[in-house]
Amino acid sequence: MSIDKRLIRKESLEKLFDILKQNKTIFAPVSKNGKISFKITDSFSSVEKEYIQTTQSSKESAFPRTEKILDFIKSKNSLDAKPFNVLEIPEVVLWGIRPCDAMGVGELNSIFNWDSKDEIYNSRLAKTTVIGFSCAKSDESCFCTSVGGNPGNTEGSDILFTRLGDGGDYLAEIITEKGAGIVALAPDIFQKPDNQDKNKYLAEVPVKFDRETIRKKLDRFFESEDWVERSLKCIGCGACAYVCPTCACFDIQDESHGKYGSRVRCWDSCGLSQFTLHTSGHNPREVQSQRWRQRIMHKFSYMPERLSIYGCTGCGRCSRACPVDMNILEHLISIQEVTL
Amino acid sequence: MDELRKRAKELLESKKVSVVIGYEEGTGDRIRALFVEKPEDVSRLIFDSRCVLNLATYITKHEVKAKGKMAITATIPVMRSIVQLAYEFQVSDKNLLVLGITPESNLMEFKDLLEVETYIHKFEIEINASYREKLDKLAAMTQAERWRFWIDELAPCFKCYACRAACPMCYCHRCTVDFNQPQWIPVPSHELGNLEWHIMRAVHLIGRCIDCDACANACPLAIPINLLNKRLLEDAKKHFGGYQPILKGDHLMSTFKPDDKENFIR
Repeated sequence: MSIDKRLIRKESLEKLFDILKQNKTIFAPVSKNGKISFKITDSFSSVEKEYIQTTQSSKESAFPRTEKILDFIKSKNSLDAKPFNVLEIPEVVLWGIRPCDAMGVGELNSIFNWDSKDEIYNSRLAKTTVIGFSCAKSDESCFCTSVGGNPGNTEGSDILFTRLGDGGDYLAEIITEKGAGIVALAPDIFQKPDNQDKNKYLAEVPVKFDRETIRKKLDRFFESEDWVERSLKCIGCGACAYVCPTCACFDIQDESHGKYGSRVRCWDSCGLSQFTLHTSGHNPREVQSQRWRQRIMHKFSYMPERLSIYGCTGCGRCSRACPVDMNILEHLISIQEVTL
Repeated sequence: MDELRKRAKELLESKKVSVVIGYEEGTGDRIRALFVEKPEDVSRLIFDSRCVLNLATYITKHEVKAKGKMAITATIPVMRSIVQLAYEFQVSDKNLLVLGITPESNLMEFKDLLEVETYIHKFEIEINASYREKLDKLAAMTQAERWRFWIDELAPCFKCYACRAACPMCYCHRCTVDFNQPQWIPVPSHELGNLEWHIMRAVHLIGRCIDCDACANACPLAIPINLLNKRLLEDAKKHFGGYQPILKGDHLMSTFKPDDKENFIR
């Protein structure tokens, strides 16, 4: 469908939120201890409005950090398993996500539909409506424009709001049928068609590198000593992966109490030393440099090769969250500049 | 700073050490760890008030240790960590030289770890006023309120283990949380999983934690997990007459005497 543009008054945003919460679960940016994450909320006043980027991505609404995939009961001679009923998944509105997170939905889709189709993920996504807010500000960690995005990118959003100047009204771009469904719920709020140029209200995010160049260089960069040198300071936690909108690795755990139990899917990270540890004791990624290399290679070489999509949206969260300043942008720029 | 660079250069040139661990300018206004192996790179070394990252976490790291003898830029919390690590046989005079930084930011080189031990014992481990207030507030709560406080605070934890990775005392090759036969701690980051993980970690650090706040500083979600450690440190002070890392001798929580005058342990 072609993009329908409407104007929405700043006072009407809360009205829209209140209408949506009546029969949908809203995930919106909420602050705790100064860090912003997407949480289920029905209070508009608790929703953060001024932020460059949230600490955590919105992936948790479709890919929770801990998710029960089946329940089981053991008896003497049998085991009865009851898979998670996808019909229980509520209608969700993802409110206030940035265009880079919305773009990340496409990347997660590719991963969760690569060979087998992940039923739970797809069911959650089918019931999700994405309301994006374009960016009026950016910071030094942002690099969406280097990875195919931009601060007003409509890709992945069902509706994208752009604030028309500080404290002003919003331009609403109705991008998909799902977005039109939201308009139909609150037709009075979405006012007359509007044709303002949103570009002058968007943040300026300079292009820092060319990802095609990076991809080609990585083909010959695998054995470089650079990985070792750069990752000596990496302490091997999973913060980068867990705040990332496109990291989708998970671990399967069975938890049982007596004869009752559940199978649970939990986030996992290639930065953790146990990620590739074999039962034999052999670990193909024995040192941290191999794990950091995997992170970059996966996003900028393996994913484009296998899934025809890059695994990075330039949101900059990993750089902001890293306790030891492993800065992905800095490393990518240096890879671009290296002569091979 | 010039003094530090000069000394680092001498140590590398004379091959007394293979690597100098210090701080350098990072991205934005951040600082980060630097591992200097070539004398010409010492100009990258810096030290200022931003340098609170506990570098001792790197000296047990396999890749760093493998470089040979290390010299380390060490503020008092880093020196405390080093002494504790030496007590636990993780480092020794053989593989580590301490380039101390005094509270006045002066360079102070130590001949050996014994000198480091003597020096750090001049400074009591003191909990600062803002944390003091938080601890008092927690202590004044009813048990149910305190329980709620911790359930709420630990709820966002997604178990990235940055706290463990940043902690110099969490050097175990295989952490309790990584065992799955038996699975001591639930892996999922649900309420029970998060609670068990953080309590287990705090308990493993009693009498070892030197109150550097590396865990809380590393947490991407700003969970005040160091409050658990601080409370335990206070208990150690109250019941065992203070706590300072030592190189040799009887250590809090790892010493058992059959003739202990307390009978709860028997």
